[in-house]
Amino acid sequence: MQIQQAATGGPQTLAGPKPRTAALLSVIPGFGQYANRRYIKGTIFLLLAAAVGIALSAPIVNGIYGLITLGSNPETDDSRTLLVEGIIAVLLLALFTSAYALNLRDAYRDAAKRQEGLRIPSVRQAFHDSWEHGFPYFVIVPTFMLLTMIVIFPLLFMICLAFTNYNLYNSPPAHLLDWVAFDNFAALFTEGVWTKSLLAVLTWTVVWTLVATSLQIALAFFLALLVNDARVRFKKLIRTVFILPWAVPSFMTVLVFAAMFNDTFGSVNRDVMSIFGTSVPWLTDPTWARIAIIFVQIWLGFPYVFTLVTGVLQSISKDWYEAADVDGGSRWDKMRFITLPHVLYATAPLLIMQFSYNFNNFNIIYLFNKGGPPVPGQSSGATDILISWVYTLTFDQNNYKMAAAISIIMGLVVALFAFFQFRRTRSFREEGMY
Amino acid sequence: MGRTLKSRLEVAGIYLVVLIMFAVILYPLLWAVSISLNPGTSMFSSKLIPDSLSLEHYKWLFYDPRSDYVLWYKNTIYVAVLNALFSVIMVGLVAFVFSRYHFAGRKNSIYAVLLMQMFPVLMGMVAIYLLLNLVGLLDTFAGLIIFYVIGGLPMNVFLVKGYMDTIPRDLDESAKMDGAGHLTTYFRILFPLVRPILAVVALFTFMAPFMDFLTPRIILRSPEKFTIALGLFSFINDKVGNNFTMFAAGTILVALPIAVVFLILQRYLIAGLAEGATKG
Repeated sequence: MQIQQAATGGPQTLAGPKPRTAALLSVIPGFGQYANRRYIKGTIFLLLAAAVGIALSAPIVNGIYGLITLGSNPETDDSRTLLVEGIIAVLLLALFTSAYALNLRDAYRDAAKRQEGLRIPSVRQAFHDSWEHGFPYFVIVPTFMLLTMIVIFPLLFMICLAFTNYNLYNSPPAHLLDWVAFDNFAALFTEGVWTKSLLAVLTWTVVWTLVATSLQIALAFFLALLVNDARVRFKKLIRTVFILPWAVPSFMTVLVFAAMFNDTFGSVNRDVMSIFGTSVPWLTDPTWARIAIIFVQIWLGFPYVFTLVTGVLQSISKDWYEAADVDGGSRWDKMRFITLPHVLYATAPLLIMQFSYNFNNFNIIYLFNKGGPPVPGQSSGATDILISWVYTLTFDQNNYKMAAAISIIMGLVVALFAFFQFRRTRSFREEGMY
Repeated sequence: MGRTLKSRLEVAGIYLVVLIMFAVILYPLLWAVSISLNPGTSMFSSKLIPDSLSLEHYKWLFYDPRSDYVLWYKNTIYVAVLNALFSVIMVGLVAFVFSRYHFAGRKNSIYAVLLMQMFPVLMGMVAIYLLLNLVGLLDTFAGLIIFYVIGGLPMNVFLVKGYMDTIPRDLDESAKMDGAGHLTTYFRILFPLVRPILAVVALFTFMAPFMDFLTPRIILRSPEKFTIALGLFSFINDKVGNNFTMFAAGTILVALPIAVVFLILQRYLIAGLAEGATKG
């Protein structure tokens, strides 16, 4: 170390402390900066550290203590609040630890610079520099703090809940919660009702996602091809009507559909099915309910894909088809070798997003039939997908622990999906370009 | 001769399919309109073609002292405007930084945002409720707006970043060369160029509160603070058949303006979406 300094630094190397010494002094924030003769910066660091230490060390320690015990006295402690405060304490601790690490690094770097004989910028200069070079952080850091509170914190909370015994019968403020390790997951995979429900919901979630999305894409593609035919007139009118289901808020159309499919007084049975002299139990029979809900999703979802495909179809150059005509290609050939590749290439990312959208399509499932009809011997309804089941467990049955455990399973599925999506996303392939 | 006949048959077939689709699409919409015009409040007695048309439900929504409809509408517009405003400001800046700056941790932060976009916000609803309760933002518009802006941020950032990436970097680099600061570069050079996609973001974020009933249901408690979707849902949540006519009337008054705006803007919407998706 010393030899190296002597070799590179020259006579002025003695101007300040060794980088390592400065970093060591900064164990108390600011002292290393003092040693570097950066008095204003050192004072700011010292004051900040003191303020944080005095004001927040007690809450952080209490928070983490509360997180571990989840309260000891049911009359004064609310385990949920303790859990929230505990997670916030852990997040704050992580934040301050990284700030502390930055303080050490700062002292080390400044000392290193001094030893190399570089002039260290004044505080004012440093402020200007930090705006100039640190601009991205001024935007990103606050954004991430907010995202942490609104997106990450709730996920952490949910993960914690999965390892507690929080349900309707054991809920704060009357009772205290306890950590139960993997009991909830064990119940999910061994207890009859839960295993049966989980299997049923998983199966239906997969079937629902694949069938509803594929059918809505297939119908959209088929219709877009038909309407794009050169012989068809009134194209604009047809397209406008076809977009209507997308334009009307789906929240409302689903509720209208729910009323229309009502077994006793819904208009589907009264006006349409009565023509054939039958009446179908749309909302009370599992199979019919599933058929109805897939139908409604196709109705709601095809216009988006239709519009996308139409846009691509219009942009395919006519030369391709003329060339195919010259070569004697049949209609099917043109479709297979020109139209399909063009459309798929341009819309594939959006089509994949449709699948993940339907996987999480809570609105239609819940609003149409609240996941029902109920199935005997199961905690979930016949049309419940994972997310709607979680919602029902949380807000209707107050079975928070199981809802949280199922959420984690769902999170794993999402993460797996995300992993594959990442590798396909173009942003990342182009990342090296800038 | 056989060829033209075949062609005619094909065209007829296409029109037949289109007509069937028209019927399937329009039937529920017209049904909702006709319900809203039926006299009486019960869905049991209503008919597709009512014996007599009546506007009583629309009048009830606006003039009956028991109806909070106008209030809900006002609440929703308030939330929607602020949501759109803050979203556009934040999304634009974050996308600008992601698209234009090299900084340590850039790639990881983009990964983080991408990952956050994947998880449905609904999964953490209990926590959101407790958190807002803890900081006293439960049952306030501020809590709802913060939740909307931040919750929608990841997805919107990617939409805008994808669009921004397609704009040549020479433009803002030459502005930097001429001494423009970070914010000047953004507001004077890039902002005008990305206005189309920011308009899409503004539209989406403006429309979200009109259609979302779930978030307000968890955050808002008092009926005088309800947004329109939540209010309408409360009409039919308790007793399905009974208030359905009022619900239908209230729904149509929301759906109509949204549908009109949507149909007018859809061309730009699609272009913006396709651009963001394929390039992002």
